[in-house]
Amino acid sequence: MLIEYLPIFLVFGFAIIFAIATVFSSTIFGPKRPTSEKLSTYESGMKPIGTTHDRVSVKYYIVAMLFIIFDLEVIFVYPWAVQFKRLYAELGISIFFSMLLFLVVFEIGFLYAYKKGGFKWD
Amino acid sequence: MNEIFMITPLLIISGGILLSLIVEMFYKKSEIILPWLSIAIFISAAYYSLLTAYREGVVFNSMLAVGGLVHIFYFIFNFGAAIVVLLSIDHIKKVGIYFGEFYILMQSAVLGMMFLSGAKDLVMVFIGLEQMSVCFYILTGFNRKRSSSNEAALKYFLLGAFASGFVVYGMALIYGAVGSLSIPSVSFYLINQSPSIIFIVGLLLFIIGFSFKIAAVPFHMWVPDVYQGAPTTVTAFMSTGGKAAAFSALLVVLVPVFSNLAKNNFIPLLSVLAVITMLYGSIVAIAQIDLKRMLAYSSIAHAGYMIIGLAAGNQNGVTGIVFYLAAYTFMNLGAFGVISMVEAKDNSHVDLQSYTGLAAKYPLLAAMLTIFMFALAGIPPFAGFFGKYFVFISAIEANLTWLAIIGVISSAISAYFYLRVVVVMYFKSTDSPIDVEPSYYALLGIFISALLVLVMGLFPNSIIQLISFFVG
Repeated sequence: MLIEYLPIFLVFGFAIIFAIATVFSSTIFGPKRPTSEKLSTYESGMKPIGTTHDRVSVKYYIVAMLFIIFDLEVIFVYPWAVQFKRLYAELGISIFFSMLLFLVVFEIGFLYAYKKGGFKWD
Repeated sequence: MNEIFMITPLLIISGGILLSLIVEMFYKKSEIILPWLSIAIFISAAYYSLLTAYREGVVFNSMLAVGGLVHIFYFIFNFGAAIVVLLSIDHIKKVGIYFGEFYILMQSAVLGMMFLSGAKDLVMVFIGLEQMSVCFYILTGFNRKRSSSNEAALKYFLLGAFASGFVVYGMALIYGAVGSLSIPSVSFYLINQSPSIIFIVGLLLFIIGFSFKIAAVPFHMWVPDVYQGAPTTVTAFMSTGGKAAAFSALLVVLVPVFSNLAKNNFIPLLSVLAVITMLYGSIVAIAQIDLKRMLAYSSIAHAGYMIIGLAAGNQNGVTGIVFYLAAYTFMNLGAFGVISMVEAKDNSHVDLQSYTGLAAKYPLLAAMLTIFMFALAGIPPFAGFFGKYFVFISAIEANLTWLAIIGVISSAISAYFYLRVVVVMYFKSTDSPIDVEPSYYALLGIFISALLVLVMGLFPNSIIQLISFFVG
């Protein structure tokens, strides 16, 4: 049973070894000529201002979440629209109304977000 | 089209969520209407569940089971949620989280629970689990201005996500072994052959993931902090509905699987889990002076008693667990209801000290809390006693007498901290007993719970017969 998975384990093992080897081989085999200029944070470039961990406004997350929901809606509607003619021939008008029901449920959620000011940036 | 009508309780809740969202959008004072709308939705869903319980079947390409035991669970969730709404009406106003969304999230959580208990497919189990859990994460952190509520929500979210990871990984391994996620085909696979290593590891991971959700030791670390930090009525909801739903999913998956295992290697595992869970919960609860925290440990201990029924795995075990869950739901709801009433605006007055001399000033409230404490301790004639009784009987039938003995010992230990609350209320006096803001809605909820606890304790046979009719 487990022997069937042997190729997968081999790939795993190879991937891990390869990753470690490539990362550490450059430090082991590469030439090292350190100078004070080289060791400073930015040899050539802007001096850093502030930390990398910047606070992001919570509004950003709300917009991002709403975008994901929009995206999912498109994922469901797009194949339906492409296949609509064939589905209509097979299943009749119910295929139209079932998607309409889905969209109604969906838009209630969006309307809620809109009414609560989810789309307002200020 | 006929299938649609088979899932009426689910449709009622789904439609209710949409309706509540519309009310919330267009009506400024939605927090006044929504509790009553929610109660109407919950009660009608509970009513239809019982009404259509005789119609058993499987719908939607064998994804969901309807009728029978599933509808009994629907009833427990919906009726419990209706009581939680009654308890919450004044409480959330008092602690400053007076928003309509509270009730919408509760409805959504109940829908998730219903998916969990009706699942016939592991994917359905996962969808239900996530829907329920996500709503609970939000409800736990509902008190945004309190840091302990935020901390609880974050802790619950991180550990809950971790647990869901275990569940999904277990499902993936089960799929790898069986080639299907449908629960009937998983159990069918076990008839023909002994389980492979992959299947056993998958099932173990599944059990571990759900042990987080039902708060079994050693996966209980989140319980005390989360139960303490969450708003009290949310804790009531989480510790009853959430636990009942997780247990129903365990029953849905494990009972058919275990019944087809030729040699059940999981019985010792579940027995050990039960023993450490109930002993740990009962012993550590003794040291708690915060009542919410004490009930959190008590909830751990109760999970242990219910796992006994799971370890026994016979028909009596399943019946016992269902009865126990129903009893536990209503006695815990009542106990948390009293706590939520006594609790002050700033979330103080939840420690044992505050209950000193409560009986002299508020005899009714004290009497109610006494009923629930007796019931939780398992003293007849209240419902808790028969819950434990049926579970222990099932253990003895399955030749696990030692497990029943440890269960009795543990419940004797737990009597100490339950009765301590009663002692503090009745036999200690103080010059300045605390003031309690009366809330008639909450009192109504507490009364209904007390009534149910009494009825289930006085007439356990008819209820057991009803449950075992659907189990068998």
